[in-house]
Amino acid sequence: MQAISKRNNDARLTSAQPVSFKPLAILSHGQRLTADRAFKLVAGGISSIVLVILVAIVFELYQQSRLSIDAFGIEFIWGTVWDPAISEVFGALPVIYGTLVTSVLALLFGVPLSLGTAIVLSELAPQSLRSPASFVVELLAAIPSVIYGLWGIFTLAPALRDYAYPAVQSALGFLPLFQGPISGLGVLTGGIILAIMIIPTVSAVSRDVLAAVPDTQREAAFALGASRWQAAKTVLSYGRSGIIGATILGLGRAVGETMAITMVIGNRFDIFTSLFEPGYTMAAIIANEFTEATFDLYLSALIEVGLILFIVATTVNVVARLIVWRSMKMVRGAVLE
Amino acid sequence: MQPREKKSNKKMLAAVGIILVVLIAVGAYYSFGTTNPPATTTTSGINTMTYESMQPVTLNGAGATFPFPLISKMSAEYNKLYPAVQINYQSIGSGGGIRQFTVKTVDFGASDAPLSDAQFANVTGPLHIPFTIGGVVPTYNVPGVDSGLKFTGPILADIFLGKITKWNDPQLVAINPGVNLPSADIIVVHRSDGSGTTYVWTNYLSDVSSEWKENVGKSTSVNWPVGLGGKGNEGVAGIVTQNPNSLGYNEFAYATINKITFGAVQNAAGNYVLPSLESFTAAVSAASSTLPKGDENWSKVSIIDSIVSNSSAANAYPVTSFSYLLVYKELNIIPGMDLNRAKALVSFLWWTVHDGQQYASPLVYVPLPGSVVTLDEATIKTITFNGQSVFQG
Repeated sequence: MQAISKRNNDARLTSAQPVSFKPLAILSHGQRLTADRAFKLVAGGISSIVLVILVAIVFELYQQSRLSIDAFGIEFIWGTVWDPAISEVFGALPVIYGTLVTSVLALLFGVPLSLGTAIVLSELAPQSLRSPASFVVELLAAIPSVIYGLWGIFTLAPALRDYAYPAVQSALGFLPLFQGPISGLGVLTGGIILAIMIIPTVSAVSRDVLAAVPDTQREAAFALGASRWQAAKTVLSYGRSGIIGATILGLGRAVGETMAITMVIGNRFDIFTSLFEPGYTMAAIIANEFTEATFDLYLSALIEVGLILFIVATTVNVVARLIVWRSMKMVRGAVLE
Repeated sequence: MQPREKKSNKKMLAAVGIILVVLIAVGAYYSFGTTNPPATTTTSGINTMTYESMQPVTLNGAGATFPFPLISKMSAEYNKLYPAVQINYQSIGSGGGIRQFTVKTVDFGASDAPLSDAQFANVTGPLHIPFTIGGVVPTYNVPGVDSGLKFTGPILADIFLGKITKWNDPQLVAINPGVNLPSADIIVVHRSDGSGTTYVWTNYLSDVSSEWKENVGKSTSVNWPVGLGGKGNEGVAGIVTQNPNSLGYNEFAYATINKITFGAVQNAAGNYVLPSLESFTAAVSAASSTLPKGDENWSKVSIIDSIVSNSSAANAYPVTSFSYLLVYKELNIIPGMDLNRAKALVSFLWWTVHDGQQYASPLVYVPLPGSVVTLDEATIKTITFNGQSVFQG
């Protein structure tokens, strides 16, 4: 009681207005039981809507892709022909492959950059810089993806074509990954655009995770004579599961990204071997061809691509979740190296 | 301070609430007023008359993106003349337009391609009304080479098949004397999204190359043998302008307005013709003698097909195509249609093929030649509502 009244006094000193507290209504035992039950029911009902929507989406996708599933069966998944004009045969392997490769590239480039940003923002930068810098990073997430795409096609791709890619090719050209003609538009450019697009998500969530690591961890590390880098490593390993969670969020964005990737990847329905070659992704082919899919089987094949995209995204999420659970067990035993 | 803030918050909330309620009421009034006219107004003749002069009508259309700027301009001008009639056009693509027309969720559809045999058989009494003309042109970016590079159909087909890969290929050099073509690889660019432009382009390539016809075919999107895909006209144009030594194809209007270099194509008379409103008109005039009636099957109609072997059309640009409005001959099969809406629709169609044509050239669309206008007039006059002719002279 004393503490509260003291705080009230302090408040009066500063704002000249007493802080008013609203007392909670006092419920009888029976009332409380009913209220709890009602709350549980309402909350449960609302959260189960998410599940219902999920099931409804899968059902609808399956229903609409029946025509294509009946026509091509399981071969749709490893078919490499997409011909709406003559043979009317459809297969999805090149776009599944393209989606996976670009997403992996996005994580490869995007996650280290995001982690670096997060470490600077939560561990190294002076206090006065932290919030303006975080604000700028988060602002990147608010840019519409078509803007990223236009910037990619008019600025990034020509710059990469003229400066970065020739250098990469002369250094690493002995690898099949970096052979062939360079046009600026291709799988690698697609991966780089996606990496830039996932940085705000991954770095913002990672920064929050790192900020939530208790200061005792840092203090303990410094007390043991750790350098700043060693201390940061301790903090990172403490927040590992959260960081993997942030990466999953980024991966989700990379797998589903449509507009920006379709503008820079070259939209070529083929299994590429070089990262300089054009490729195609699932989201991009759906966005490109849906409006002019002129016959039913064609439309159905596109919807089946959507179904596969859904399954791939879900699988990726489940696998990543499993990794998080495993690493959480390991973190409990983590010690300073 | 705090109580006062709270009060002003409440006032704000109340104000926002009132504005919302008013907006919803107005919106509801308009949407109900336009789509569900009260049943009583149509029972007696006098009421029908007042209804006609008082009630606003909204006509809904959907389809091709290519004529969207023109339809949008025409709608606005028509609305100035007849303020009671609003035209609402969704440019969702030809395929979507045909689908919505088929399920009768729109009053008219628009498409760059005519209904196919299957689509034609699938609906009752569709009418084709060609209402504007467009062309597809080869666009390129070769350093040091200006507009007007010459192409032939077979050369274009071989480039898009990946058989001609260099700009200084002997075939290209032979027909372009005096032009310094580089020994660089040709970067082929095509549309990645399904589009009427691709349909027109592949229609032409199929006509001039049997190899293309057998292996790739014509469609709104095809299995491209080579090349990069750009999304939309702007995507193709973006790749072409950004990449030296590239060759793509664009709608004429888009290429002209955005000042992208384009080439001339050889026609059946052997002339290299630059795309222009005149050379498109020449193509349509030469082809229009063979057009079917508006209520017949148009699936075989293609200006390209008829001009590609017509050596008498000396000034015709070969890659030319109609854009169509699709309507039903008997309008009562559209849910919610009434005599008033039918009259508004027919009057708009009539205006579109006559006075509306003046808005074509400024937007780089080709006005209809007289022979096609005459054909459209006959088609529009056949439209009925409950068996009665709707057209009023």
